This record gives sequence, C-alpha cells and structure tokens, in this order.
Amino acid sequence: MNHPSLNPQWQYRTPKQSLLRWFGWFWLVAFTVVCWQIMNENTIWAFVSDAPQQAADIGGRMFPPAWGYINNLWQPLWDTLNIATLGTLLGVLFAIPVAFMAATNTTPSVRFVRPLALLIIVSSRSINSLIWALLLVAIIGPGLLAGIVAIGLRSIGFVAKLLYEAIEEIDEKQVEAIRATGASGAQVIDYAVVPQILPAFWGISVFRWDINIRESTILGLVGAGGLGIQLNASLSTLAWNQVAMIFIVILGTVVISEWVSAKVRQAVL
Amino acid sequence: MPGKSTAHTYPRHWKRPPLLLTHPFWRKVILLGGLVYLILAIQTIEVDWQRVYLGLERGWRFVQGFLVPDFTSRWNDIYAGLLESLTMTVTSTVAGILVSVPIGIGAARNLAPAPVYLACRGIITVSRSFQEVIIAILLVAMFGFGPFAGFLTLAFATIGFLSKLLAEEIEDCDRSQIEAVRATGASWWQVVNYAVQPQVMPRLVGLSLYRFDINFRESAVIGIVGAGGIGATLNTAIDRYEYDSAGAVLIIIIAIVLVVEYSSSYIRRWVQ
Amino acid sequence: MLKLDKVSKTYKTGDKALHNACFEVPSGQVVGLIGPSGAGKSTLIRCINRLVEPSSGSITLGDTELTGLSRRELRRARRRIGMIFQEYALVERLTVMENVLSGRLGYMPAWRSYFRKFTGDDIALAFSLLDNVGLADHHNKRADALSGGQRQRVGIARALEQNPELLLVDEPTASLDPKTSRQIMRLIRSACQERNLPAIINIHDVLLAQQFSDRIIGLRAGEIVFDGPPDALTDDVLTTIYGDEDWTQLRGENGSGDQGEDASGVDLMESA
Repeated sequence: MNHPSLNPQWQYRTPKQSLLRWFGWFWLVAFTVVCWQIMNENTIWAFVSDAPQQAADIGGRMFPPAWGYINNLWQPLWDTLNIATLGTLLGVLFAIPVAFMAATNTTPSVRFVRPLALLIIVSSRSINSLIWALLLVAIIGPGLLAGIVAIGLRSIGFVAKLLYEAIEEIDEKQVEAIRATGASGAQVIDYAVVPQILPAFWGISVFRWDINIRESTILGLVGAGGLGIQLNASLSTLAWNQVAMIFIVILGTVVISEWVSAKVRQAVL
Repeated sequence: MPGKSTAHTYPRHWKRPPLLLTHPFWRKVILLGGLVYLILAIQTIEVDWQRVYLGLERGWRFVQGFLVPDFTSRWNDIYAGLLESLTMTVTSTVAGILVSVPIGIGAARNLAPAPVYLACRGIITVSRSFQEVIIAILLVAMFGFGPFAGFLTLAFATIGFLSKLLAEEIEDCDRSQIEAVRATGASWWQVVNYAVQPQVMPRLVGLSLYRFDINFRESAVIGIVGAGGIGATLNTAIDRYEYDSAGAVLIIIIAIVLVVEYSSSYIRRWVQ
Repeated sequence: MLKLDKVSKTYKTGDKALHNACFEVPSGQVVGLIGPSGAGKSTLIRCINRLVEPSSGSITLGDTELTGLSRRELRRARRRIGMIFQEYALVERLTVMENVLSGRLGYMPAWRSYFRKFTGDDIALAFSLLDNVGLADHHNKRADALSGGQRQRVGIARALEQNPELLLVDEPTASLDPKTSRQIMRLIRSACQERNLPAIINIHDVLLAQQFSDRIIGLRAGEIVFDGPPDALTDDVLTTIYGDEDWTQLRGENGSGDQGEDASGVDLMESA
C-alpha cells in the first residue's frame, strides 16, 4: 500500500484508519446515549431510586423460603420435565427434514425448497417459546399440550439451523465415494451423511433439551402448564416465600439438567 | 500369502456392533427406561379434544391474520413498543458488553487468580441459571414497570452469556503466544493487551452481535411480564383476539431478526 | 472394455479441464494416467462414472453407453465401476465391515441397506476380501481407528465388493509412505490380474506408474499428449508432459523421497 519512504516511521495504524476508528466509536457512543434517552423518557426515577428498599423488602419476605410448599411442586415439576422432553422430541422430529431441505448439499431444490426451509427456520427462531405458548393457549386452550407444542415449534428452528450447518460441513469425499458405488439418494444420506452428522445431532438435541428445561419453567405464566402456573399464582398473591421455594426448585432442576446434558455430550462426541 | 488358495469358508452373517451403550445389560435397561418414561410422560397430557376442535377455527383465523396482517389499526402501539424494544436492545447490549469483558477475563483460569476466578464464575452461573422472564419479574417488582427494568434484565442476561463464552475463548487461547509475550517481561495488563486481545477480539465482536440478536428477540418476551417493549403490544393483541395485529407484530419481529442477522454477518466480515 | 470417444469437460467457470480424450482400455489392462496437477486426470476418471458430468463425447463400458443414461440407469452402471480414492474417502464413523459392504448399495433397495440386511453372499464376499487385503480381524473396528495403509486396503475391498468390470483409481498413494504405496499398488495390480479387470490409475509418481501399469497415458492441460507402453516413457516424453526438468535425477534418486532404496530396487526386479 504505502511505498517505503526514505525515512521509515512505524505506525500502528494509518491516520485514515485511526480517524475512521474514532468516528465509528463516536457514533456508537452517541447512538447508545440517544437510545438511552428515548428508552427512559417515561421512566419514573423515583421508583428506580426506591429499588434498593424494594429489593430489601422482597428479599426479607422471601426468607425463609416456604420449604413445605415443595410438596405442591412435585407434580408441576414432573409436568415441566415432560413439556421440555416431549417438546424437544417433537421439535427434533420436524427439524430433521427441515435441516436436510435447508442444507445446500442435500436440498432437493436450491431455488424453491431451500428458501422455504430457511423461512421456517427463521420464523421459528425469531419467536420465543413464551410467545408461541401465548398463541397456542389462545388457540387450543391452556394445558400441557400448548406447552409441548410451543417448545416444539421453537426448537425446530434452533435444531434445524445447527443441524443444517453441520450437514454443510461434512466431508464431501465420503459422499462422493458412496455415490460412486451406485447408491441411491436415500442410501447416500444413510451411509455417508448420517454417520458424519450423528454426533453433532445428539449434541444439538441434548443442548436444546437443556435450554428447553429452562424455558418450560416459565411457560405456565401464560397458562401452558408446569412450574410457571405455581409461580404465577404465588406472585399474584405476593407469597414471596413460595416464590423463593419455586426459584430453588428451578435452580436445582437447571443445574441437574445442565450436568446431564454435559455428560451426554461428552459421551457422544 | 493370503489368497483364494485356501478352501476357507467365510461367515455369512454379520451384525453391526452397537455404537453407544456397548454393555448389553445397560443397553436394555436404558432403552426400556426410556420407553417407560415416554409412555408415562405422554399419559400426563390431558387433551380436551372439544376445546382443540373449537380452537382450530381460531387457529385458522390466526393463520389468516398472519397472511393478511393489519399494520395500521394498532400502529401507534406497535411503533411505541418497537421503539422501546430496539432502544432497550441497544443499551442493554452495550452495557452488557462493558460489564462482561472484565468478568470474562476474571473467569478465565489462565489469567485470573483463584478467588477472582470463583467469584466471576459464580456471577456467570447465577446469571445463566434463570430464564430472562424470571429475572424480569423480579426486576419489575423492584424498579417498576417499563423498559428500565427490561434494560436491566437483558444486560444481566448478556453478562452470563458473553462472559462465559469469552472466558472459554480466552482459556482456548494459544498458550505459546501468551508465554512469548510474558517472556518479554510484560506485565499482566500487557499480556492481556498484546497476547490475549488480538486472539479473542474477532470472536468477541461476533458474540456481541449474536447477543444483540438474542436481546432483541428476548425484548419481545419480557414485555409480557411488564418490562416494556413490543411484547406488551403483542400480549394485548392476542388477549383481544386481534390476530391480524398480532400477525403484524410477529412479522415485524421476524423481519428485524432477519435484518440483524444479515447485517451482523456483514459486520463480522468487515471487522475481520 | 472401456471406450472413450472425444470426451471433453468445460467447467462452469470456463476452465477447460479435458479436451477430446479418446482411448480404449481392453480387459485386464492397467493404465497409468500421469500428468501435472490440474492437467485433468481427476476430471477424466470422474467423467467415466459421471461424478463429473462430461460436456461432450461418449463413453462406453461393454455395451453400455454411459453418457446418455438416466439417473436410475446411471446407478446400475456405477455399481459396475469400482472406485478407489485419494485419502481413502472411507466413511470414518462406520465400521470397516459397513464400509466394505457399502460396495453392495447399488444392488439393494434402501430399506434393506438401512437395516444393514446384506445377503449371506455379500457378507461372505466382504469377509474374504478383507482377508485378501490382510485385514481379517479388523472388521468391527471403526474406519477412523485404522492407519493410512489399512484404510486404503479397506477402500480397495469396498471397490472389489462391487464385483466391478472396471476399476477407477484416483491417486491411491497420495498420502502414504513409499513402502505402503508399493504394497497398495501391488495389491491393486494383483486384484486386477486375478479378475482380468481393467483399471485406470491416476497417479503422480512416475516411477510407480511405470512399475505397476501395462500402459501409460500422459495428460497435459486437458489433452492426451502420450499414450504408450511404460518403457516408451523417455525423458523427452516426460518433458512434453510436465515441462522442462532434469529427469535423469528423478530416475537416479528415485524421485518420491524414498528412504528405502534397497526395497525399491527389489520392486523394480519384481515387476520386470
């Protein structure tokens, strides 16, 4: 770029680069400040400054947690687990064909099928499971089914996206070798593609299951079953010690599921 | 020499050995356990088929609303919600990054002393264990309704996400580069600045953009519990069975996520 | 018998990889295909089983015109053509046995292959081939647990499991040490002799090509510039194929960086 001058002087960046850099940072800061201003137009700062007292008050009401309340939580906990597990199964089941349709190297048609698969993926990924649950409760009524379907719908995009990226990263030479034996399309997928993506598939599924456990703890807030129903009830009666108990149960479940998921992923990879 | 000379007969049966769970007993136990769980779990679903049947008509109306969305009649609500969501996303992502960097460095085993390491890991675990919505509920109770509580929620969640991944990235750093800089007699700050920063910077930018995307999507949810943003608008629309307005909100969310994803891949290429 | 008539390939990028290739390969003949990188060797052999679609010309195997086949017919034709690959191209996460049996895929419906329901004949053949290539006890190992030479032996067994009428071999020794390279070439050659099988071996190493083939075809920039017996491969011919170089040195020092000069001397005598 620069011709070596007679009197070389080392510079970290050219003046133009550093100017551009400072300009970028300046805009970022200015933009953030403007956003902050707009966001807090309606913020009542009295409430904010009041927060430490509120926090202390809530904290005080939370302790001691209502230990005995745990007996009301076993059933919702079981429901929560089922929502997460069955929802993950449902999502994975639909995600597999979508992933194969979205991957450039396995899609039946790059022009028609692939955009459709990508649209399914982005719609599913953009909309949080709680919103899906909100919709589904309105449509098919409150209960576990709404929760399972909500978790399933949200999982399709997540699993399919990671899976199709894994499919696109496979070693094409192995595919070519199987194709050269005269194998059909289905056989190529079975013998050359599936073995290569299987570890990724299990890893992704278990990872999503772990996330889904977390998500399904709150679906009850909108009526889709599980611990969230108890949480909602306790919150609306301001029974903070029960809320604390629910938090402890959620924390325990999340820690255990994370441990299980880490173990399984270790085993398959 | 191996060859056809020997009149050896070869076996005509072969079964693939199991890939996972090679122990036959545990294999059976685990498969059976899985099956029993599945049956029990499916039995807990109580479906009121009549309600579902009635709901199908509503579902169809939702599909119609999604296909023919109504942007106009609730536009003021949508606009206000969207503005809150977007500003919340920007501020919380920036604040989250600012806090995440020191915590991420503190949570990297190869850079931080043990007590700092444990403290930072503790913060990360707490932040990651709870769903954003639960944090939002607590913060709304403390700070009142509105986007400020949402901002805090998202910033808090960003810390757990970014610090953890940043710490892992730092721990995966090429050790020889760190040693080389340390060998020149560099101080701790200089090691971080010269050996670690260049290695993790591209990844940090990528993760921050990804988190921006997540924060926007989450901002649409925490509104449901009162933490501001477009979620509140959506919640109202669904409660009033205004599926065409709800469809409009969902389409806007999907479109923004698409734009953010597309531009973040562009920015990532530009930064590297 | 294989016959190529004016086969050309121009890639979408405009690269002319192959231009008017014409030759015939009778049964039992082993053809060594040599030429510099990018001369179109790989394209040529891939045109034969249409892993690369030729742009023009015709290719006939026995009575079948390969170039005009429908997808279904192409599958039937491909199963008659065994292929051995550079860097083995085994399915790494399948067992050795599954890799060998995958040579039968063209002969069975997908549901049977999904359940690994191969016929007794297929399985017995696979066992005998594994015995032939010296891997009798490795059939339940995963392919990625084998060494390079062992993997290429599995590759050979997979190709022979097809009961092919023609063998296409793409750089079989590219990532193997000199000794293993010779063993592999000898194995391919004896397999061809036993079955009276024609083969086209695309190979970088001129000496190996001369030792193990009945005929040499030289490609340069997509055109056949030499076709004759191995002895006719003079320094002048090598210069036509590869360009100027001091070829006496190649012969004197045995080009491929061979450590065991003695062993290669023995090989030369064997093949003579």
